[in-house]
Amino acid sequence: MLLLALDTATPAVTVALHDGDSVVAESGEVDARRHGELLLPAVDRVLAEAGRKLADVTDIVVGVGPGPYTGLRVGIVTAATFGAVLSVPVHGLCSLDGIAYAAGQAGLTGEFVVATDARRKEVYWARYADPRTRLTEPAVDRPAELTEKLAGLTAVGAGAVLYADAFTDVRADLPQHQSAAALASLAAEKLRTGGEFLPDQPLYLRRPDAQVPANYKVVTPK
Amino acid sequence: MARKADEPLVLGIETSCDETGVGIVRGHTLLADAVASSVDEHARFGGVVPEVASRAHLEAMVPTIQRALKEAGVSAKDLDGIAVTAGPGLAGALLVGVSAAKAYAYALGKPLYGVNHLASHICVDQLEHGALPEPTMALLVSGGHSSLLLAPDITADVRPLGSTIDDAAGEAFDKIARVLNLGFPGGPVIDRYAREGDPDAIRFPRGLTGPRDPAYDFSFSGLKTAVARWIEAKRAAGEEVPVADVSASFQEAVVDVLTRKAVRACKDEGVDHLMIGGGVASNSRLRAMAQRRCEDAGIILRIPRPKLCTDNGAMVAALGAEMVARGRAASSWDLSADSSLPVTEPHVPGHDHGHGHSHDHDHFHELSKDNLYS
Ligand SMILES: [Zn+2]
Repeated sequence: MLLLALDTATPAVTVALHDGDSVVAESGEVDARRHGELLLPAVDRVLAEAGRKLADVTDIVVGVGPGPYTGLRVGIVTAATFGAVLSVPVHGLCSLDGIAYAAGQAGLTGEFVVATDARRKEVYWARYADPRTRLTEPAVDRPAELTEKLAGLTAVGAGAVLYADAFTDVRADLPQHQSAAALASLAAEKLRTGGEFLPDQPLYLRRPDAQVPANYKVVTPK
Repeated sequence: MARKADEPLVLGIETSCDETGVGIVRGHTLLADAVASSVDEHARFGGVVPEVASRAHLEAMVPTIQRALKEAGVSAKDLDGIAVTAGPGLAGALLVGVSAAKAYAYALGKPLYGVNHLASHICVDQLEHGALPEPTMALLVSGGHSSLLLAPDITADVRPLGSTIDDAAGEAFDKIARVLNLGFPGGPVIDRYAREGDPDAIRFPRGLTGPRDPAYDFSFSGLKTAVARWIEAKRAAGEEVPVADVSASFQEAVVDVLTRKAVRACKDEGVDHLMIGGGVASNSRLRAMAQRRCEDAGIILRIPRPKLCTDNGAMVAALGAEMVARGRAASSWDLSADSSLPVTEPHVPGHDHGHGHSHDHDHFHELSKDNLYS
């Protein structure tokens, strides 16, 4: 087994290779505006580091968000295209699950919430019973609207750190950014135990901004 | 990589606006032209909504590639290169195609060519009428652009002579169609109504045609306002708006200026061929008037069939094939989508010339002016 995992749903552009037992190479860069430029070179680098070829890959794992649209699509279309050329399955995972899993690897136990920056003064978030078990569907909200609902819960992720006032126990010491290594480890575990994946479709959570133009502008001076 | 000098097999991907296009060519021969359009999703907004277009590109991308391969009856492993529109266009829409093209080229081990959308609109005519004359004079007219371009070498030297200073020609069609409540897109429907109307019924203004105006620039904003005002006056007077006559007279004004300036450019530059491309090149009156004026001036007119005039992947493949044939440098794996790629850059070569794909990532990289998340 050779898993190639990638995620561009958050400001992180992250790629990892997992051989079924462990992560054999990984790359993570945080640059919210250059997903399109950074992803392919990162894939190339990770493969070279592991001394493997793309053709050796047996499964593609991709973070499907939620995340700001433009960056999110870079990872998903890359994963889908690789899957089509290599004729290998493309497994989607909620990007928040990767951050939750990484928090578990860093020692976090018990119930907690993961929040990422959704821009426009909102966060994408979900609640977890433990690092492998998500309790809620991912959602997008203003942090202040979550304060009461999530009171007392430990919070991880860059969204929680950014809006620390709205959350209770913000763990800035835990990984804040998505890591494809965590995503790959979670996927390897799921493949071993028969866990479920998501389709490789983006979780946008927001409708496209589309202004219906008002009836055409009258140009005759009144 | 061995390069086939004359007839490279190239797959081209186009996602700069609302069409997801994948074309395959062998040299100047069209093998496949698969297009998935999201135009219906934009109709109720009266224009292309960027985020709606980007979402549709993502959904259509892989299926459209596979459809094109099947249509062409070729195997992906036989391709000599993958070409993709790197710009100009809608930033988020371009990024879907560029990302897919990179993944596709990388997975197949083929060179990647990021190419210019406008140069592709010109180069597509090689699929219809064979090798482009050098230089080529081209009039590009669509919802996004109205330009006169002189191309001594479509892969390396494209010079802008003039362009619109306000609205694109296609945009003017869309706006007038909206004023007339004819829906979106406006070009085809106005063309249809105009066939039953009198082009001389109303004398609408011809923008930038005065003796001191720039010879090759266009302006359609004043025309648009004049047409809207004329219609509003009719409505205010309680009279019925003669849709066919307005359509024909408006269309006549647009087409008159476009063809007059294009023929003038050919004469001034001593070029005996005129190529017309872009979505508005499907307009029947434009085709007819250009034909007559070119004949009168002894200019050979080249307009591809309508399906090759609108945005498609075949045009990108056509330019990509020319890049391969002329041994132009491939793009790097960090190729970016550039929403404002200048027309003077027919393609985006990699940093490490002569070697194709660069593995040096420590170079300075200029960010696109547009925030991709805006
Ligand atoms: Zn175009």
